[in-house]
Amino acid sequence: MTEPLLRVDRMSEHFKIGNAISRRSTLHAVDDMSFTVGEREIVAVAGESGSGKSTVARVLAKIYKPTSGEVYFEGRPLSAIRSRRERLRYSGLVPMVFQDPFSSFNPAFRVSHGVLRALKLHRPELTKDQLFTEAVRVFDAVGLNPGAEVLQRFPHELSGGQRQRVGFAQALAMRPRLILADEPVSMLDVSIRIGLLNLMAQLRDEQGVSILYITHDIASARYVADRLIVMYAGQIAEQGPVEDVLASPLHPYTQLLLSAVPDPRAELNVAAHTDRGEPPRVIDPTPGCRFRFRCPLAIDVCHTQTPQLLPLAPGHDAACHVAQAGATVPARGPTPGTPGQPARETTTPE
Amino acid sequence: MAHALADDQHGIAGPLRQGPVLEVRDLSVEYVLESGIVRAVDDVSFDLAPGEFLAIVGESGCGKSTLLFGIAQLLSPPAEISGGSVAFNGRDLVQLTDRDLAAVRWKDMSVVMQSAMNALNPVTSVGAQFRDAMRAHGVTSGDEIHRRSVEVLKMVGIDPIHLKSYPHQLSGGMRQRSMIAMAMLFTPELIIMDEPTSALDVVAQRSLMAQIKDLQQEFGFAVIFVTHDMSLVRHFSDRLMVMYAGQVSEVGRTQQLFDHPRHPYTAGLMDAFPSIRGPRVPLTGIPGSPPDLARPPAGCRFAPRCPRCMPRCEADPPPEYQVGDVAVRCFLYDEAGGAR
Repeated sequence: MTEPLLRVDRMSEHFKIGNAISRRSTLHAVDDMSFTVGEREIVAVAGESGSGKSTVARVLAKIYKPTSGEVYFEGRPLSAIRSRRERLRYSGLVPMVFQDPFSSFNPAFRVSHGVLRALKLHRPELTKDQLFTEAVRVFDAVGLNPGAEVLQRFPHELSGGQRQRVGFAQALAMRPRLILADEPVSMLDVSIRIGLLNLMAQLRDEQGVSILYITHDIASARYVADRLIVMYAGQIAEQGPVEDVLASPLHPYTQLLLSAVPDPRAELNVAAHTDRGEPPRVIDPTPGCRFRFRCPLAIDVCHTQTPQLLPLAPGHDAACHVAQAGATVPARGPTPGTPGQPARETTTPE
Repeated sequence: MAHALADDQHGIAGPLRQGPVLEVRDLSVEYVLESGIVRAVDDVSFDLAPGEFLAIVGESGCGKSTLLFGIAQLLSPPAEISGGSVAFNGRDLVQLTDRDLAAVRWKDMSVVMQSAMNALNPVTSVGAQFRDAMRAHGVTSGDEIHRRSVEVLKMVGIDPIHLKSYPHQLSGGMRQRSMIAMAMLFTPELIIMDEPTSALDVVAQRSLMAQIKDLQQEFGFAVIFVTHDMSLVRHFSDRLMVMYAGQVSEVGRTQQLFDHPRHPYTAGLMDAFPSIRGPRVPLTGIPGSPPDLARPPAGCRFAPRCPRCMPRCEADPPPEYQVGDVAVRCFLYDEAGGAR
């Protein structure tokens, strides 16, 4: 198998909390997480707040160093990136688009400022004219037409949706291979969100970039993503092709999540649960499945052993003892796409 | 219970109880700014029946929160009510003094804010905040306060042990629930909610919606629920009011609006939600962005973004047309075709 664009191998990110007086505890923001992002692929990471999804993006952006584990980009480990030049190259290839388009621009500068700076820094070979042409090109590419004119505007002259497009244009200017998009549409109005999601799909199809789409909105993940990673309490609960995960969710958390998504086109799912959506405990967690306190299917082993993420169907993995007991589990291997037994019908009763 | 008590104190006569609990007439709210006047709510009228669940949806800046604040008389400068009335059980809230309003608030009408996370006082316990509200309305018996506090917390599914908890010790969902518990201390006739679930995760959001609905059915209070997410209220609201640029573009029964959206804006909003079920279809959303209310378009305010825009839409502002039991502000429903 060829090396994927990005491979995350058993990555953990722990934070020390508390002070000298109180007992020191460790917050396990991300625990033992492995996944890949391929070429021209949009991978959605979905989970509730506190599930560690933003931490994943920050580790990949090299804002945090992973506590353990390694991240490989184009086959090279991130920990090997040491020089300023290499770091610059990496941040150009893997730029980030932020959640809040209202606070991520300097209001005192025209929007051309950010794009031109990024271009000067990351592509010093360009002449002044080329810089401008390139800025216009990326602005046009993200649907800010006419680019030359929009470049001269100030952030306050643009709507939220337009500002978020500027964010994508800045990322695109650096000729990225993977864009880290942390909740890029959650601050936008619903009528504008779809436009941005369509833009992400268009960037994948026309510019060939991959996108790691961090979101809490599973419906938007389905709309735009190729693969879906569902996180719970810092761990991957389930991952697989987005349609497979939604059509036959293996993990009880995914099932809960899907039943809670408001869907105007469907009838109200009255059978839905009394789950209150209390957040998981990730401070000094004990072994065992982290979802067990909310899980309607929890069995004894869930309280003592942390379930491993195992392939239960082709390309479709879940970390659930109950689901795994129902499936004939192939030998443990991190490679998605291992021919697994599609023994799904025995996993969980609806 | 507290309910009956409230009615007696305000001397609300029997016959009035049959009519709408709230009658909003031609309500306009303006922000008076140095640069000019921005009319954020423009001639909004509606009735709310006792026990009814009305959802108000719209994009940010459409005036939905300003409308709520206008109804609850919570506006602060530069916003002010420039016209219209808000009759609550027959009394015009706009004309009431602060003192009279204070008597009505919490007791007959309570408000749950969007940032209920921050609306609780961080330095006092939940129980102390409940006590403050009850004392302000003349309940002085410690036993009575405790009994009722325990009761309302149980109603929203929080262990009464949390009366002693401080807000930071509660999860977001629990804080939001305790705000709702506080709003129900006197079992008001109307609870106004401004995006109470927007800071919550889908699972918590869903559970809170179901709970609000249960409580509403049990205690019969009316709800005005403001949200930007119309799919959220699809299964919970009786009536739906769609606002755009400070005006009501369409109002009618929720089911009917979802089945037959009449206003092109409502239809556009429906098309803006990806679904997790059924075939994956490309959606378009609504291109463009809402108008600047300091300089609203001369004609229909939605005209610049409307896929079905006609020449007259750009010239004249459309009035509200009654189509069956739905009111729509769109020339497509002008039977006469020509002059109004």
